[in-house]
Amino acid sequence: MFETLTERLDQVFKKLKGRGKLTEKDIKDALREVRLALLEADVNYTVVKDFIARAEEKAAGQEVTKSLTPAQLVIKIVHQELITLMGGGENNSLKLSGPSPIPIMLVGLQGSGKTTTAGKLAGYLRDNKKRRPYLVPADPYRPAAIEQLKKLGESLGIDCYTPASGEDPLQTVAKVREQAREKDFDTLIFDTAGRLHIDEELMEELRAIKELMNPQEILLVADAMTGQDAVNVAKGFNDAVGITGIILTKLDGDARGGAALSIKAVTQRPIKFVGIGEKLDAWEVFHPDRMASRILGMGDVLSLIEKTQAAFDERQAEALEKKLRKDEFTLEDFRDQLLQIKKMGSLEDILGMIPGLGKLKGIKAFRPDEGQLVRLEAIVDSMTATERRIPRIINGSRRLRIAKGSGTTVQDVNRLLKQFSMTKKMLKQFNKRGGKGISPAMFAH
Amino acid sequence: MGKGDKGGIFQRLRRGLTKTQGLLIGGVDDLLRPGRGMDEALYQELEEVLIVADVGAEATRRLLEGIRRETKKQGMTDAHDILPLLRREVSEILRPYEAPLSIKGAGDGPFVVMVIGVNGVGKTTTIGKLAYRFTSQGKKVVVGAADTFRAAAIEQLEIWSDRAGAHFVKHGSGADPSAVAFDAVKAAQAKQYDLVFIDTAGRLHTKENLMEELKRIKRIVGRELPHAPHEILLVLDATTGQNAIVQARTFHQALGVTGIALAKLDGTAKGGIIVAIAQELGIPLRLVGVGEGIEDLQDFFAEVFVDALFSRAS
Repeated sequence: MFETLTERLDQVFKKLKGRGKLTEKDIKDALREVRLALLEADVNYTVVKDFIARAEEKAAGQEVTKSLTPAQLVIKIVHQELITLMGGGENNSLKLSGPSPIPIMLVGLQGSGKTTTAGKLAGYLRDNKKRRPYLVPADPYRPAAIEQLKKLGESLGIDCYTPASGEDPLQTVAKVREQAREKDFDTLIFDTAGRLHIDEELMEELRAIKELMNPQEILLVADAMTGQDAVNVAKGFNDAVGITGIILTKLDGDARGGAALSIKAVTQRPIKFVGIGEKLDAWEVFHPDRMASRILGMGDVLSLIEKTQAAFDERQAEALEKKLRKDEFTLEDFRDQLLQIKKMGSLEDILGMIPGLGKLKGIKAFRPDEGQLVRLEAIVDSMTATERRIPRIINGSRRLRIAKGSGTTVQDVNRLLKQFSMTKKMLKQFNKRGGKGISPAMFAH
Repeated sequence: MGKGDKGGIFQRLRRGLTKTQGLLIGGVDDLLRPGRGMDEALYQELEEVLIVADVGAEATRRLLEGIRRETKKQGMTDAHDILPLLRREVSEILRPYEAPLSIKGAGDGPFVVMVIGVNGVGKTTTIGKLAYRFTSQGKKVVVGAADTFRAAAIEQLEIWSDRAGAHFVKHGSGADPSAVAFDAVKAAQAKQYDLVFIDTAGRLHTKENLMEELKRIKRIVGRELPHAPHEILLVLDATTGQNAIVQARTFHQALGVTGIALAKLDGTAKGGIIVAIAQELGIPLRLVGVGEGIEDLQDFFAEVFVDALFSRAS
């Protein structure tokens, strides 16, 4: 009853499989399910209505060709429409031209994730765009909001402006420009207070800030879990200050994220980035095609490949691929993989991007946290070379020695060995599926 | 809080709604005007009203099926008669779970409330308001900062706790959350306080590490004080859509949620998802958050909620 949108559409199209022709009734049946799925995904009612009408039109005009099955055809149409609706083909990069310092303003409801986003954006601009960002807290209302941004700045090594006690956001705007010039910052990231889109007084304040600082970008930060109200929120902020783009947060959860479609449809502004985790580098450029693929169950293979590329040493990856093929995966490789994972982000995120793999049994049980990773490394390091190569020789007394050597317990050692054998098994399955388009070669490029 | 406060919250919700004039899709009053017959278009419009309120496709389908049956059975022909019927249906789903937070039943020791929820729903703010509610009733309250993960979460809670005049227990950032919870309960026992509120890290319910952390807090509190925590209060954000039901289900399965607080009802979101949550999970509905002020927390009343769900700016 509560499958994800992806699973839902899978089912819809399963019904269509094996039929020769795409009849009008087929289209209607499929789209009825699509409609329900989109509503359950929290896409706004009106947006869904328009979407279905457009998809129906497109489907009706299509001829069934030999190269595509009817199911594939419907997938293609729905997929294409989703991409179009989410802004496929449009430019979603940040406008960073103009005289320094360039002001960027973040706005949104309480709890949408503005402050965390401010930190992530600053890190992104420094590391990927060679900017010198300056974090500016403009939220004197929420207790400890300023403190939170300062701490994020500290952990990133990015400077954060300190407002005087009792300073209001407008005073901050006036002061911060000068400071930025003095200290040679070229980008100001303005973290405004969370507010309701219907709070006239606070919206007036936003307008005043906007007028005074004349920002290049006004980005609406929105929670991907938002329901039908997403359209009201987006419209409210857009009408009040005229947003230039959207950042979608908390996409690492299991929300179906229909808000993305709704907000895009209402504002006609590009979704620029997505937040995909708690860590300050859990952040990606938004790709409409990938998001549409993900919604349709094709997985987020492209994102995965990009991530893998960034974190993996290519030669190492090639060696791993060979080992996977020959089934020679050892404990040492296991340790190296864990260290790679540490670089790539959480294992859950990565697994979630591989189509079909999220459903494999046994994966949920294996979720190391950072502390665990350090312990696992120590355990493997305390083994002899032979033990690492042939784990089945590790008997009780060897386990005890390894536990002592690594400062862990025998239970920890047992757990690691179990996880290793599970991973090995999982990789075997993975290898077998390789023929169907998801191959371990994915790790190589 | 007695029934006398109902006017207060209703006005507040109304005020919120009045501000949204022009934003909201037309309410039910228009569409159910007297003299209009019952046709398929009417049901479609009703569907829209319910779905736009985040009631959800499945719960909406069930509700409308019931309405169709009733109208047939009663031989109704006027659209105007549908509204009372629909309101009654929704009230009947919610009313059994209308249950304000009671702090009786902890015996000699303090009543321990563990507050959980995903990031950004308003846990800290809800604790601040709750602590204030009880300190102003003359209760002695301890607030424990077991969200040691998010930057400045401790500082934020401390400010709320001070405002409420509660005793604040904290460790450093990154400290073991269950140790904080343990100390908070210990402090309350030693000083014979009435109540303990434990704030926990907001993290998506899909992170199993968080669930383990919460289970550990619950276990350690229970070991120290039998039957504690007496309340596991799940905070949901009214602007959240269908994922709220997934959140409720996941937290409930892991920890056994004993009450729900619905925050951020002062915006344009209607929080209709709790109808589906009541239907599926039957968790008592305790509180609604209706603003950022320390007093902006009210007991949940099914009738008031249904009024707000179906009313629009007048």
